[in-house]
Amino acid sequence: MQDNISISIRDLKLNFGSVEVLKQLNLDIGVGEFLVLLGSSGCGKSTLLNCIAGLLDITDGQIFINGNNVTWAEPSQRGIGMVFQSYALYPQMTVEGNLSFGLKNAGVPKKEIAERIARTAEILQIQPLLKRKPAALSGGQRQRVAIGRALVRDVDVFLFDEPLSNLDAKLRADLRVEIKRLHQRLKNTMIYVTHDQVEAMTLADRIAIMKGGLIMQLDSPSVIYNKPANKYVAGFIGSPAMNFFEGQLKVGADPQFSNSSMEFSVKGYQATEALQDQKVWFGIRPEHIQVNTPADACADACAVQLDVVVDLVEPMGSDTLVWANIQGQVLRFRMDGLADIKGGDRVRVGFDPVRASLFNQQSELRL
Amino acid sequence: MAKSETNTRLREGARGTKPSKAWSRRNIFIYGTLLVAAIYYLLPLYVMVVTSLKGMPEIRMGNVFGPPMEITFQPWVKAWSEACTGINCDGLSRGFWNSVQILIPSVTISIAVAAVNGYALANWRFKGAEVFFTILIIGAFIPYQIMIYPIVIILRELGLYGGLWGLVMVHTIFGMPILTLLFRNYFASIPEELFKAARVDGAGFWGIFFKIMLPMALPIIVVAIILQVTGIWNDFLFGVIYTKPDLYPMTVQLNNIVNSVQGVKEYNVNMAATLLTGLVPLVIYFFSGKLFVRGIAAGAVKG
Ligand SMILES: Nc1ncnc2c1ncn2[C@@H]1O[C@H](COP(=O)(O)OP(=O)(O)OP(=O)(O)O)[C@@H](O)[C@H]1O
Ligand SMILES: [Mg+2]
Repeated sequence: MQDNISISIRDLKLNFGSVEVLKQLNLDIGVGEFLVLLGSSGCGKSTLLNCIAGLLDITDGQIFINGNNVTWAEPSQRGIGMVFQSYALYPQMTVEGNLSFGLKNAGVPKKEIAERIARTAEILQIQPLLKRKPAALSGGQRQRVAIGRALVRDVDVFLFDEPLSNLDAKLRADLRVEIKRLHQRLKNTMIYVTHDQVEAMTLADRIAIMKGGLIMQLDSPSVIYNKPANKYVAGFIGSPAMNFFEGQLKVGADPQFSNSSMEFSVKGYQATEALQDQKVWFGIRPEHIQVNTPADACADACAVQLDVVVDLVEPMGSDTLVWANIQGQVLRFRMDGLADIKGGDRVRVGFDPVRASLFNQQSELRL
Repeated sequence: MAKSETNTRLREGARGTKPSKAWSRRNIFIYGTLLVAAIYYLLPLYVMVVTSLKGMPEIRMGNVFGPPMEITFQPWVKAWSEACTGINCDGLSRGFWNSVQILIPSVTISIAVAAVNGYALANWRFKGAEVFFTILIIGAFIPYQIMIYPIVIILRELGLYGGLWGLVMVHTIFGMPILTLLFRNYFASIPEELFKAARVDGAGFWGIFFKIMLPMALPIIVVAIILQVTGIWNDFLFGVIYTKPDLYPMTVQLNNIVNSVQGVKEYNVNMAATLLTGLVPLVIYFFSGKLFVRGIAAGAVKG
């Protein structure tokens, strides 16, 4: 086992009765890495986290933390701290009591407990709250205390299960930055479960996209966004979602994508494997589509030009989301927030095939 | 602004709290029913209180509902310390202390055991938990009468038959199904993440129970105390079966006083004795009524 691996999961399987929730899951997380688990509801993210924490008895496989086999170890012996979505603060204890509970259980001397609480409170700016009960705290303060409870234990690995999803949008953005800062300061290994793509993209060193108990892709945010490994990942990441067109790929000196309503060249597309003629999904992100730029004015950025009819306009302030169609096929794209556009308009859009993604229609894997 | 001021239609008509009629048909019906129900329950109590404060001559005059012309506490004194049951003539006081000696350990032990049971069933999914729980639930529905004789034999074999501790054991066992159910449902309603957090913090089975769960269980403990105190205090059947005359609980003694066939029927003493016996549950209800309601509201008796 390598030295710089913090958590290693081997062939992890977990069944609830006859339901297979995790199937043969393998995952290595480096020391100090910030890994985000992202996936739709019910795909097994919390289950995976609970397995790592030792809160669920796994059906098969092994879990290593810092080189130790902790497969059968108690949660408290694994060197992890956990932060829950519902904060899970002990309601009858003060903030100080909440922070010291784990340390007292571990038999840490009183003096050291006081020192560690003082340090944690300083990091999280919760010194004035120490004597209060959780009921007397706001949501953001509670989540801070919950993070403090993990912090005070001085562990190498932090597990977060949707820690910010009970907070309002503004507070969420604030705490997101704080968590990022915390990670830069402490350099612990962190595993962070979320539904929120922005959280995933901004926080992660690597993102693991999960579906049905399997990891679909594990890579840096930039690769996940720009070169999704399969159609599921491509459609899951990005908001609004990627545009997909079903069609036929014809290879040659100038490879062509075509279907009943459009035909264009995908020259310049970087394929991971040698291209062959096949049925494909063509995917292009809404933000990679240019509008009303003449072909000679934008060189590669809008090498492919299409005429579309606008169906619907959703102004969002910073930008405007446009739903259009090309002979019945839906195309979404973004425009400037001040763009003067309305339903029924005809516009010319362009994009660069280099930024597109092609997926085989059967396997749905990236070409 | 100007537009809405000129448009009178926007300013006239209903505004603010909707007025309610005091003498609506619905109100009359509701309060009428409540009044009848209240009288139905309070009248017997009233008769008992006035009768217990009258002397025998006044009672013989037959005016059951009239207030006492001359208030006397003699019947209360007699009921408490002089009335005869069988060979003893020291009144209800003996039964009272017997009942207290039965009540305190029964209530404490049954609630303590049931709380641990409920906690284990709700939070630690141990092997056979489902089976155990099912058996317990079935236990709650088996009629007592079926178990009376087997328990006599069990107590005899254990050498507890006829003693207070035997009766304590019986009360503890019979309280177990419903109390365990009560605690299990209560603990199951506490968010699971709290339990998980405590485990990550290194607390064990007892650590989580005493430091996290029990302090949160106060409302349900109050409900359990009320259920057990009234149930055990009012018990007659087990008391008369599993103890000896010296150790009879208050209810059994009350029965012996009221139903004694020798001498004249002293209605005032009987009423006073009955009121004395009912005093404990009454006091419990009186002081814990609010907590009881809150415990039920907290989802305590669902399921
Ligand atoms: N105790 C349980 N018994 C049976 N099935 C369970 C249990 N806990 C979870 N599951 C199932 O396991 C699957 C994964 O659940 P999990 O909680 O890990 O999802 P998740 O990815 O965290 O979803 P969410 O984003 O909604 O929190 C779900 O289909 C769920 O129904
Ligand atoms: Mg979850």
